[in-house]
Formats: sequence, structure tokens, C-alpha cells
Amino acid sequence: MVQFILNNQTVTATQAKGSTILDYIRYYMRLMGTKIGCREGDCGACTILVGSLEADKLVYRSMTSCLMPLGNAQGKHIVTVEGINMQNISPVQQSIIDTNGTQCGFCTPGFVVSLTGFILGNKSTTYEQAVAAIDGNICRCTGYKSIERSAKIIAGSIAQKPESGTTDWLVINGFLPAYFLNIENRLRELQITNTLSPLENDTGKTKTIVAGGTDIVVQRPQMVKHSNVELLFDTRILRGIKEEEGQCIVGGGVTVTEFFESPLIQRIFPALAKHIKLVSSTPIRNMATMAGNIVNASPIGDMTVFFLALDASVVLARDSQQRTVKLKNFYKGYKQTDKEAEEIIIEILFDIPSEQTLFNFEKVSKRTNLDIASVNSACQLQMAFDTIETIHLSAGGVAPFPKYLSNTCAYLQGKKLETQTLEEALKIVNAEIAPISDARGSKEYKQLLLRQLVIAHFLQFFGPTEAIKKFLFQ
Amino acid sequence: MIAEQINTVNTIPNIDAAGHVTGRSIYVDDIPVMHGTLVAKIIDSKLGHGIIKKIDYSKAEMLEGIVRIFSAKDIPGQNEIGGIIADEPLLAEYKVLFQGQPILLIVAETEDAAEEAIKNIIIEIEPLPVVIDPREAFRQGQLLCKSRTFQKGNIATAFTTCKYIFEGTAETGGQEHLYLETQGAYAYPVEGDSLRLFSSTQGLRHVQETVAHVLGIGMNKIEVDVTRLGGGFGGKEDQAAMWACMASLAAWTLKRPVKCIPHRMEDMRMTGKRNPYKSDYKIGLDENYKIIAYEATYYQNGGASADLSPAILERTLFHGTNSYDIPNVQLTAHSCKTNLPPNTAFRGFGGPQGMFVIEAAIDHAAKEAGVETTLIQRANLMVNGTEFPYGQIVADSEAKHCWDEVVQLHNLDNIKQQIETFNKENLLIKKGFSLMPVCFGISFTNTMMNQARALVHVYWDGTVSVSTGAVEMGQGINTKMLQVTAKTFGISTKKIKLETTNTTRVANTSPSAASATSDLNGKALLNACNQIMERLKEVVRTIFNEAEESIVNIIDEQVFINGVQKDLSWNEVVKQAFFKRVNLSAKGHYATPVINFDKTIEKGHPFAYHVYGTAITVVTVDCVRGTYEIDAVHAVHDFGTTINRNIDLGQIEGGLVQGIGWMTMEEVVYNGAGKLLSNALSTYKIPDIYSVPKEVNIHFLKTEGSDLAIFKSKAVGEPPLMYGIGAFFAIRNAILAFNPAAIIPYTAPITPEKVLMALYSKRS
Repeated sequence: MVQFILNNQTVTATQAKGSTILDYIRYYMRLMGTKIGCREGDCGACTILVGSLEADKLVYRSMTSCLMPLGNAQGKHIVTVEGINMQNISPVQQSIIDTNGTQCGFCTPGFVVSLTGFILGNKSTTYEQAVAAIDGNICRCTGYKSIERSAKIIAGSIAQKPESGTTDWLVINGFLPAYFLNIENRLRELQITNTLSPLENDTGKTKTIVAGGTDIVVQRPQMVKHSNVELLFDTRILRGIKEEEGQCIVGGGVTVTEFFESPLIQRIFPALAKHIKLVSSTPIRNMATMAGNIVNASPIGDMTVFFLALDASVVLARDSQQRTVKLKNFYKGYKQTDKEAEEIIIEILFDIPSEQTLFNFEKVSKRTNLDIASVNSACQLQMAFDTIETIHLSAGGVAPFPKYLSNTCAYLQGKKLETQTLEEALKIVNAEIAPISDARGSKEYKQLLLRQLVIAHFLQFFGPTEAIKKFLFQ
Repeated sequence: MIAEQINTVNTIPNIDAAGHVTGRSIYVDDIPVMHGTLVAKIIDSKLGHGIIKKIDYSKAEMLEGIVRIFSAKDIPGQNEIGGIIADEPLLAEYKVLFQGQPILLIVAETEDAAEEAIKNIIIEIEPLPVVIDPREAFRQGQLLCKSRTFQKGNIATAFTTCKYIFEGTAETGGQEHLYLETQGAYAYPVEGDSLRLFSSTQGLRHVQETVAHVLGIGMNKIEVDVTRLGGGFGGKEDQAAMWACMASLAAWTLKRPVKCIPHRMEDMRMTGKRNPYKSDYKIGLDENYKIIAYEATYYQNGGASADLSPAILERTLFHGTNSYDIPNVQLTAHSCKTNLPPNTAFRGFGGPQGMFVIEAAIDHAAKEAGVETTLIQRANLMVNGTEFPYGQIVADSEAKHCWDEVVQLHNLDNIKQQIETFNKENLLIKKGFSLMPVCFGISFTNTMMNQARALVHVYWDGTVSVSTGAVEMGQGINTKMLQVTAKTFGISTKKIKLETTNTTRVANTSPSAASATSDLNGKALLNACNQIMERLKEVVRTIFNEAEESIVNIIDEQVFINGVQKDLSWNEVVKQAFFKRVNLSAKGHYATPVINFDKTIEKGHPFAYHVYGTAITVVTVDCVRGTYEIDAVHAVHDFGTTINRNIDLGQIEGGLVQGIGWMTMEEVVYNGAGKLLSNALSTYKIPDIYSVPKEVNIHFLKTEGSDLAIFKSKAVGEPPLMYGIGAFFAIRNAILAFNPAAIIPYTAPITPEKVLMALYSKRS
């Protein structure tokens, strides 16, 4: 049984905890405002808000309900468009009407929910943030210009929103129904009164470990639905990011959003905002976990490529046994890893780079945002005057698994960045990779693209030096 | 006062918007289900071409939760469907012609049961060679219909007089409709062996007649009802029929309600897309860059059956010369049969494919002759009095008007100067621009289809019910129909209800397509409203004992006689009319006058009027990564006198972005075996909010409009899509700024892959 608050109603769901909350909302509760567009988290028509108590504070995040296991709703507040509707239309809804930001209307509830998530957030209230909130919502009719106009109006309308007492202000100003005021207490009560029993195991079935669900529910929804799922998303000990003796320790269950919002991470990677914008979309980043990205073993995993260039390690645990493996040694073949079936990744460790260390992440896909990379790459570089002291270079989309370019790194160690060095290095890169032709590009393209992305790293670090120009224009 | 009133009506927001933002609008899958509703799931071919050797579902049929499995043998009527040529089996029996072709229909109590059954079905197919390339199909003589040629003047002699002659090839890819709501239908049995059918379709008549044909019963036993679509774009014009037939076959046979709604990936692999084209062109110009002769041969990739491809082929020919006046033209088009899902209607309907080729030919000529492409484009824009290759005389040309207006409004010289400076200052980022003129003919090219009907009831409490044959799919047709009614009766829009589109109220509808929905249905509705209005005016005259010549008006629900307000309201007139036993209902009919086309000579006057416009596109290309951004699109568009500015603006912006998507990131990829690789939203990318032009400026060019357009508000659905073609040429120009020797074939879409390969290509 899964207990949670759906809009203004406390519910107890008896459906399989590995079934999607989308199906529960639409076909059990018959709340038809949440639409099905793709069932793979790529369109946002089924976006819901998920409110949970984080550090005893109620935080709402948008998520695609098509990929969220029902069990992950345990003890949370789930908001659909029906839960936003009031006697009067909300200013968010009104702005979409006024700017003609809806045509066929099928994607619209998703936009309304995402934008309501934006006004509920405690982040800044700029137009850019409003647009970022709908970066996972696809519309086929409007061409988005009218939706941009409505995002402008919405951002303007909450400019006066105070930093504390946000919910009160939003209720008073007609953005939210009054019941939102009691949700925090109701969620706490759900936990304190102990009505919230731990999710029971369904031992008769095969076990499937699910974290954010953003890949496994896309690939094998039937399997997840019908197996005994072990849900890790709300396992507290897997969350959190900390610094210990010069190392950064990232919990396996940390979401991409949490990673991005961490002050420690932002300090280490000043350009992170630019990089993270290239990684999926807001609702997916709110669900996808670090460990999930790594164990998924997708050849183009963005976060994996990121961590490879940090020369990170993963800590694998089974019961009380733990072992640490270098990420670059973790992959054994296509979708094959060093992980035993019962093991989970509890932590990812990396040495915090010095302030002088350069770091860059590059990704090119058919569509710049909300797409899977054709090729991605990350680079960590330490220079001693004009000589490369250490370099860690990784690449995705060019091998059966995310690739640490060890031969290239070894070659570049101790070299100066001259045209000839670049040429030689790129030859070694090519010898290290084995891209294949698929829907994301031909192998020739991926080869050329990786060459360009390696150069892009150096361009980011040093600008168009003579050596780079000569290399590009020879 | 009247002007003011029209003005208020003109700015009304989309009447469906409130339902959309609250999630209360109803789509097929949202209809409350009847008890006992079953799920229908299609089993499709995993092979691109082959002979069916064995189908065994005996084990699957015995599983718990499986009600029935249908094969071709279980079809009571005809298995062959197709709107133009009935050449497509609903369920394959002997042969499969494409991957995704339906073979069996599983009808189950639950989705889970159907999934389980799939694992227990054996289908053996002996493979045959697969052809996916239209030129290869043409070589093998595989055609879906007769090839067509449009001719004007004499190209053979004309080419001998040209100073410049250039030849080349151009290609455009397919395009997945990606309506956010997938296809789908929900059928339930009603008394008398009849069906009530909810379908997500643009074409109710086609769905109705196809279901009747498959079941072997009359059309009158099938009631089709459509509230709205979550997007159509042509994809639900004819291809909605298959899903409706599946649900109906099961519901009619089993006498239980049946829903057939595919998963996105099933929809993508089973349905056709915009027809890809491969074309050859030859263009000849004189020393003043006037195009003297133009020859093009189009190889349309039709897929495995005709579907709408023959009609699409025809529109390619109609728009082969776009906005240009060319004295000698020969256009030939072949509809090639390949082992792909039957390709189909998509916004523009073959027009964009034809326009791309002539734009490529002009750009090619300009680059080779060493002049700016815009120079040739401007020098050849059509003027009144000249003749389209299909014989219609140009009478309403706004081609130069739009071009000159946008060039002046946005100071093209300044744009060029800025780009030049930018490109000089930046080594690794380059900008490019292009102009794209558009001329699009309005009417179904099949003259017969240019008819519509409407049914209006005025209830005796003064409220009004409106039914037309138009389907609301986001284009705002409900709002426009509401405006027509409100304006004609002189009443508040609050008094009017737009009914669902239903075949029992409005029969024999033409599909909501060809940009003509507002014109056809609006005129039919106007006709119905006018009939009632005349009766009401007669009632007023009787009440006030007025002569027949007195002019009666209703403005803001108040009666005026000869301009003088009377103490009589709309509600009171209606009530009086009812008491006097006057008919308060009317059926309106409209058939577009003037139009005709003789296919035997390929000449005539097929279009009611043409819509014009020109767009400037500016782009920036990252020459390290091969990625690009659209900086701006500025367009001047010929709306006539727009009936609803907001809705029309939405059509332009949306069409433009869809066109840019087709030209840039939207890449339909099949492998050699005919398997769709871009088979989900994760592999087929349509524009997101970050990829659209940063700046879009649409200027409403006030023109005379046309009497054949509803209230002179010109059709707006398809024309803006073709502005998107400008993105291709702007990106191409930016690449050339980085690498003047770059080899850049006229092959769309120009994906980041093609851009990067071109940036670093070397002419050998």
C-alpha cells in the first residue's frame, strides 16, 4: 500500500508499487488532465508536481508521471492540474489564455503544472527561470513564442513574492488553492502518526532495483510493474553531498538537480549551470540519480562522462560489504559493469580539483537541449606553465560504454599544446574509440565530432591560440 | 457602432483555452469509459517485405483476459482500404509490404493481458527484397499511380536561349507529425447493429465510409463524433481510419465497447509521415537573371500504398514554381512505391517539397553565377496577369508587395552589413541569412471536396447551437465559427455553443485540411445563419408593421429598424418567432464557386485565391561544434483582413517553427530493412522552447483579401510552414562564410551532423 496526498485528498493506493503514478492518476482516479504523450519522459504532457519534506521543509519539484513508480509517491504530495484548479482561473492559467499560448491544448496542462512549479520554487523568479521550468515540455502547435510571452507575464507577476511565506503569498494572490497551506502539516502527520508503513515486499516476484526510474521505466515498464521493486529514490543515506579530506562524496541517490543545486558543487564547477542545461530537462533532472546514470551503462551517459573526467570512483555496497572501484575500470562491455546483481552504488568519490584546475563539459546532439548526445566529452586539466601536468579526458557515444581516453591522456601528459601535439593526440583518440552509425549520427560524424569537442575543451580553456587555429584551418 | 462590435469580436481569445489550461478539455482517451470496455492492440509486421507463411495465435487466444484475436479472415466486409485508391489491407493476409503493417488485432480485457498474448503469437514471414529509395522504386517500375506532367511554354527551345543553365538534385526528408495526442478511436455498439465511434480524426467522412466498407454495412450505421484533436497536421486526415476500423471491427463483432489507442512508438512505426522527395532540376536564366526555363522531376517516396500520395504529388506540381513567374516550365512527378509505411498528408501537402527544389535551383544558379540569391528571387517574383504553369491567371499577387515590405521594414541592407561585419570579426562563429517567398493556393485541388455544410439551431430561450463539418485541432476553428455566428446574429458569443463534429448532424464532410476549413465551413455557417436571420427580420417587420424595404439589424442583441433602436431584444424576437411557428433551425451549404481543373490537360483554375508572404531568416552557426541557432525570422504575411489576429498569429508562428523543424533537426531515419530508427521522442527531435528563433516578427500585410475567404480573412494554416525553408539556406550560407569551398548538397534536413561534415569538407 502506498499512502500519499493526491491534490487535496489523502489516498491509499493498492496497485503495484512499480506501476506508474500516471496510470494511477488517469485510469484509477480518472483525473484526465494529466495527458499521455510519449511515456518516456520526453514530452512533459504528464508533468506533475511532487512535494516532499526535505530537511523538514516542503519542497515541490516537477516530474514526469509516466516514469515515476507509484511507490515513490509514499508520504508525498502529488499535484495534478486538477489540484491547481480553483473557482477562478489562476494567473498562470490566465496568462496562457491571454497570450494564446494554447492551441490544441494537449500539452497545456503539462505547461500549467510546470509553470506552477516555477512559482512554487524558492529560486529566483526571472523569465529565464520560468523558461527553464518548461524546458521539458514539448508543444507541437504554437512554436513556443506565445508561451514565452506568457512566461514573461508569469515571471513579472511573482516579482513581489517574498522569500519566506511563499505559499501564503501565492494563496492570498490567487495562484494556488488554499489547501496548499495545510499540506506541510498533513505530510508531517502522515509520518508522525505512523500510518505510513514501510512499503512491503512482494517476495514472489523477481527483484528489480529502481532509483529515479528515468531509464528502466522507459525501457521495460512491464517488467518494473510486475516485479518486486526495491525503490531507492527516498533512501536517505544515499542522498547528500559532502567534502571530506579533499574528497567530494556524492551519494548515489543524489539527483542531477540536487547535484546542480549543491553549493559545494557550484563552488567546484563555476560553469556548471551551462553544462547542466545540456543534461535532459528539469523534470528528468529532478528524478534521475547519479548512481542510476552510472549503472545504466549507457554509452552516452552525461553524468558518467562528467565523472570520468574527474577520475571518480564508485563505492559499491551489498549488505555491510563495501568496495571501491575506479569508474574508468567499472565498465566491461556494452551494458556490462563490474557491479554484482545485489550491489548498489552508494557513493561516488572524486578528489576536489584545485582552483587552478580547468574543467569543461561538451555535448552535441541533434537538438541542443533535452536530447541524447551524439557525442559528449569532459576534460579536466592541470597546467604547469605551458605544459600539461595532468589531464583526464572522457567521451560518450564513441564506444560501447562511456570511455575514459587513457592512451590520449597518457600521451598528453607533459606535452605543450602545439599543433603537432594536437594532431598526434587526435590520432590516438581515433585509435581508442569505435563509434557506430545509428539514429544519432554516422560513425564518421561521431569521429569528427569528438575531434571537435576535444578542441572545444582547449578553446574553452585557452581561447583560439595559434596552435588551435592552425590545427582547425590546416 | 458596427465597426466597434466587429473589433471586439476580432480580439476574442480562443474559446477552448479555458478548458485547455484547466485540463478539462476532452480528447478520445478522456471520454468516460463504459463498463466492460475492451482494449484492442495491433500486432504488426517486423519485416519490411515478405510473404506470410504462418500465423498461429491458437495459444494466445486461450489465455485469460483475451476475448478474441482478429485476422484478415474475420473482416465481414472489405479488407482493402484507402481514400483515393483502395490498395491497403487493413490486416495483412498474404504479404507484408512494410515494417509496422498490421497483421492481427488482439482484443483483451486489459492491456496486461494483451501484452501477455503477444508473447504467444507465432508469425512466420519469408523475406523479400526491401526497397526504401524512391529512385530505385522508379527504376523498378514501382509506381503508386500515373505520373503527371505540368507544362507551360516550351522548355526545349527556351533552354537554347539561356545564358546560364544549371542542373542538380535536391532532397527533402520525411517528417513525423508528432501530434501530442496519438491516434486513437473508441467505438461502442448501439442498437440496430450500429456503432457510435469517437475518433481522433480530421476526416470524419473518410473514417465513417472506411469503417462501413470494412464492416460491409451502410454509412448510416456509423456515427462518428469528434470533440477535438490533440494535434493533427495532416496525420489524422486519412490515417485515423485504420485505428477507427480496428476499434469498430472489434466493437461491432463482439458487441462490446472497444478502445484502440496506440503507444507513441506504435503510432510512429505504423503510420506514414510527410513524403520524402528526391528531385532533379534544371534552370535556365538570361543575362538579367530572369528565369527563362525551369524543369524539375520529382520522385516522391509514397510508401507501400497510395494513401493521399497521388493528391500530394499534384500539389507539388501546383507549387513547383513557388512565387516565381517563369515562361517555360516542365514539371514531372512520380509517386514511387516503397516498403515504408504509406506516407501521407502533412501541413503543406507536397507544396513545401516542390518549393524547396526551386529554391535550391535558384540558390545554385546564384552561387554559380556569382550573384546574390535574393537578386534572382526578387527579379522573378510574379505579377498580376501572368499565368501559373497550371493555367490559372495570377490575379491577386502580393509577392512583390510582401518582399519589398519585409526588406524595407527590417532594413535588409543593414542586416547584410551586420552579418558581414560579424563574420569578419569572428573566426569560429558565422552568421548567414536568407529570404523565403511563399505563394500558396487555397482550395482542395480536388474540386469536388470544396463543399461544406453547417447546422444551426436557435433555441427559444435565445441560445444557439452550432454544428459544422470542421474539426477543432488547435487551429482555433471553434473560435472562428463562433465569431461568424456572433457577428451574423449580432449576439454575444456567450449565447453560442459550438457542438462536437458529428456525422449525424453534418454529413459528407470534407476533412479539416488544405487550409480551407474556415473558408468552407465559415461560408456554410454564414449561409445557415443568414437563413434564420432573414426569418427573424421578417418577424420583426411583422411585429412593427414595417414594409419589406425597411432595414432590420440586430446589434448587441437589440433590434434596429432603419438605424433606429427598438424596444425589442434578440431573446424576445426569438420567442416571438417560435410562437409564430417560424423555423429556428437552418442547414447551410457552401460550394466554392469559380474553381475547376481539367486533369486531362492539366489546366484550369483550381484555387479560390492565393496567399503570399516573405520571410527573412538569420542564423548563427558554431563552426567548432556544427550546431546552430536561429537568431530571427521576420515575415510579412498576407492575411487579407484577419478575422482573429491572435489565432492567425499563432498559426504563423507555429507553422514557421514546424517548417524550421522539418528543415533542421527533424530527421526520419529508416535502415535498409525498412525499420524506423527514429521511432520515439528520444530519437526523433522536434523543436523545444530553446531551439526556436530567438526573435520572430510577423507583420500583418493589409491586403484586399478575397471574397472567397470568410469575411476576407485569408486562409492561414499551411502557408507559414514554408517560411521554415529559409532556415536551410541561411544555415548553408553561414557554412559558406566559414568554408567557401564547402560541399553542401541541397539535402534537408540540415542536421548538426550535415553542418559539421560540410564545415570541414574539402572540395577535391
